Amino acid sequence: MLWIHSDSFHRPSLLLLFSFIHLCFQLESILLEMQDPKIGVKGTEQKLNISTIPHVIAGNDIIAWISNKMKTSTEEAQAFGTMLVAYGYIYPLQNHKKLVMCNDSSLYRFQTPYFWPTQKWVPDDSDYGIFTLLLHAVCLCFKQAHYNHLHEWLNHKWDFIVMQATEQYKAGKERKKPDRVVFDCQERAYWMVNRPPVSLSNSNMFYQQAIMRSKVKSSVSLGALVKYITTYKNHDPFLASCLPSNPWQTDHDAYWTLNMRRVEVPTKMRVERWSFSLFELLSDLRGRDDFKIFLKKEFSGENLAFWEAAEELKWGTASSMSTKAETIFKTFLAPGAPRWINIDGRTMGLTVKGLEHPHRYVLEAAQTHVFMLMKKDTFFRYLKSPTYKDIQKKALNPEQHNFSPANLEQNALNRSPGIHPIILWQQEEEEKAKVAAASAPVDVKAMMSKIDRKK
Amino acid sequence: KYLSTFIKTLKYMRSPPTPEMATQEVPLNETLAHLKTESETLKSKLEEERAKLHDVELHQVAEKVEGLGQFVMKTRRTLKGHGNKVLCMDWCKDKRRIVSSSQDGKVIVWDAFTTNKEHAVTMPCTWVMACAYAPSGCAVACGGLDNKCSVYPLSLDKNENLAAKKKSVAMHTNYLSACSFTNSDMQILTSSGDGTCALWDVESGQLLQSFHGHAADVLCLDLAPSETGNTFVSGGCDKKANVWDMRSGQCIQSFETHESDINSVRYYPSGDAFASGSDDATCRLYDLRADREVAIYSKDSIIFGVSSVDFSLSGRLLFGGYNDYTINVWDVLKGTRVSILFGHENRVSTLRVSPDGTAFCTGSWDHTLRIWA
Repeated sequence: MLWIHSDSFHRPSLLLLFSFIHLCFQLESILLEMQDPKIGVKGTEQKLNISTIPHVIAGNDIIAWISNKMKTSTEEAQAFGTMLVAYGYIYPLQNHKKLVMCNDSSLYRFQTPYFWPTQKWVPDDSDYGIFTLLLHAVCLCFKQAHYNHLHEWLNHKWDFIVMQATEQYKAGKERKKPDRVVFDCQERAYWMVNRPPVSLSNSNMFYQQAIMRSKVKSSVSLGALVKYITTYKNHDPFLASCLPSNPWQTDHDAYWTLNMRRVEVPTKMRVERWSFSLFELLSDLRGRDDFKIFLKKEFSGENLAFWEAAEELKWGTASSMSTKAETIFKTFLAPGAPRWINIDGRTMGLTVKGLEHPHRYVLEAAQTHVFMLMKKDTFFRYLKSPTYKDIQKKALNPEQHNFSPANLEQNALNRSPGIHPIILWQQEEEEKAKVAAASAPVDVKAMMSKIDRKK
Repeated sequence: KYLSTFIKTLKYMRSPPTPEMATQEVPLNETLAHLKTESETLKSKLEEERAKLHDVELHQVAEKVEGLGQFVMKTRRTLKGHGNKVLCMDWCKDKRRIVSSSQDGKVIVWDAFTTNKEHAVTMPCTWVMACAYAPSGCAVACGGLDNKCSVYPLSLDKNENLAAKKKSVAMHTNYLSACSFTNSDMQILTSSGDGTCALWDVESGQLLQSFHGHAADVLCLDLAPSETGNTFVSGGCDKKANVWDMRSGQCIQSFETHESDINSVRYYPSGDAFASGSDDATCRLYDLRADREVAIYSKDSIIFGVSSVDFSLSGRLLFGGYNDYTINVWDVLKGTRVSILFGHENRVSTLRVSPDGTAFCTGSWDHTLRIWA
């Protein structure tokens, strides 16, 4: 069986698959009945310009037939009919872009089995999620008769294959205009329903873009990968020892306590890591704090403050977007703003314009510009600064732990629970609020206009 | 009665195109054949361009690099508590807590260091295939056969019923295969069996961006660790690994060299490359700047699929969890296997390195999780 070729967990059981196929072929048997010349939906010929399209059916006739056959209300029948259209079993002749069944004289045709969705999903195992729903159906169908239905299905399938072959043979042999039109309608309808999200023309565009995309020589990019590994080699606990020890190996969590968020004195390894890139420095909040000390001394903290505010905007809730954007504009971008950032005119123009309709990426250009400024200039000055040299000197270099087997046993019994992340997060939020309150510059202009408005 | 079953059934099949999709213009005058030949020409042109810049192989560059010593990696903790197959796990930023989910619908938060179970939630569905810890450490997200991704805020009160505060965020039309928070607790990125990935606003449940391009189930995703943080990679049953721009929803790079489903993708720590693990029993490394596959990690003796991959902190080691119950450790540069680890009694379904790289955790169908260091 195609679908049981591998042991992966998401392959459904044979039984579930059978019941699913069983239900699907019941659907196809309904369609067969609908097309029966005696008991099916009444079809007519439809003139289309100079050609005549055979076997055309009206929407209201289909819905009436379904309603009668299945003993349902008109709404249910219409919903069922819409599903048949959406999945490509029936296609509309007029307004072919809207895949719904209308309860009026709109015209439809049955899709040739060649184009039925079931033709391509029998070997596909992607729809197993359905099977949980069908568990109910399975309980009902779990009888010996189940296998007899399957046999019946095989006979139906043969009819379909013959019908399909006949249509294609006719179309091929005669190439009569009406058949050609019909085939085109069918094919178009098929692609309407089954077009993959990235159509062939879209994927060709993708290839063109990929060809034009700037690429780097292998020697350069692979060289960069190697460089990264070499830089971080001593910091990788699997390649070099953690100092004082790896908590998982010795059951002693000193390594974590020494590297907490708000330590007074960081470790030498941690301080060294800040020098690897601006990204590392900013990602470690303790490092960011140290960077802020340096920036304060240089009176150039607004770039980092802007970068932080832009991050808050990007990763914040959708509902907070406009308020944040407004505050950022007032604080950093407006002419005469208290923490005005010095970016080039073009970026400033684009950003201010974008802020008229703020979205989470509206500050992208400005943020990148500011980040680049910090990366190329401020960061290197920081690494040469007394602030950094100072912290390098002060940084701790813990001794390697040397536990005896008895010590290790003790450690295992006394594993420290540490501080819960929720508590740490609450502390962090409190600190942030304190800092924000302390450093908020008095916006004289805003205060004045507020007073003006109140008057 | 079977009418409603039918409607339900059809709804869960590949979801029908929305009216918006149907209104795209079909290029009627371009026959499919013409587009197909153009596609083939473009594909070979792309390969040509890629080949022009390919001046050196990874193992050549690796020749100058020191070899690795012997490794002693052992199971340091075994976490027992799940009653069924463990399907997914994720680390908390505190480097010691983890969240894990299993086939029986249970999601457990552990302090892996002490092995204490801190929270347990029972999901209303089975096969919870995805779970993630929020960056703040204050919530977890999970989902699976319910087609949703739900967020559970955690509490310091051990007796609190977490299910009461559950928040449904993502809604897909097929199973949820993976989920991840972005840089904050406010957004979740999901991938699904419905062939799409999506970015959601947690507070409102609003869909912020959807990503279409996979031709089959998407099984995994990983967010780029870059300073811009705007891209992610996904892998699917269509054997493709796609790199996406989160802002525009566009697929910016695509790689199709695997021979079977891609079960796991993980970025190299610098963000300039990523690794993938597949049912074809290989792990591969893709260089994003050179836009090509640069290494294949495989052995004749390894015939079972890879379920999960992750890098060590420096990127030198690639850990792979396999369906033959083992973990293979690869030297990323030299392409050789440096270690094979035994211990699990059934297939390894998930593997993640801790945030500070001091250990990695594996989850298995043998109902346990193991911490290795």
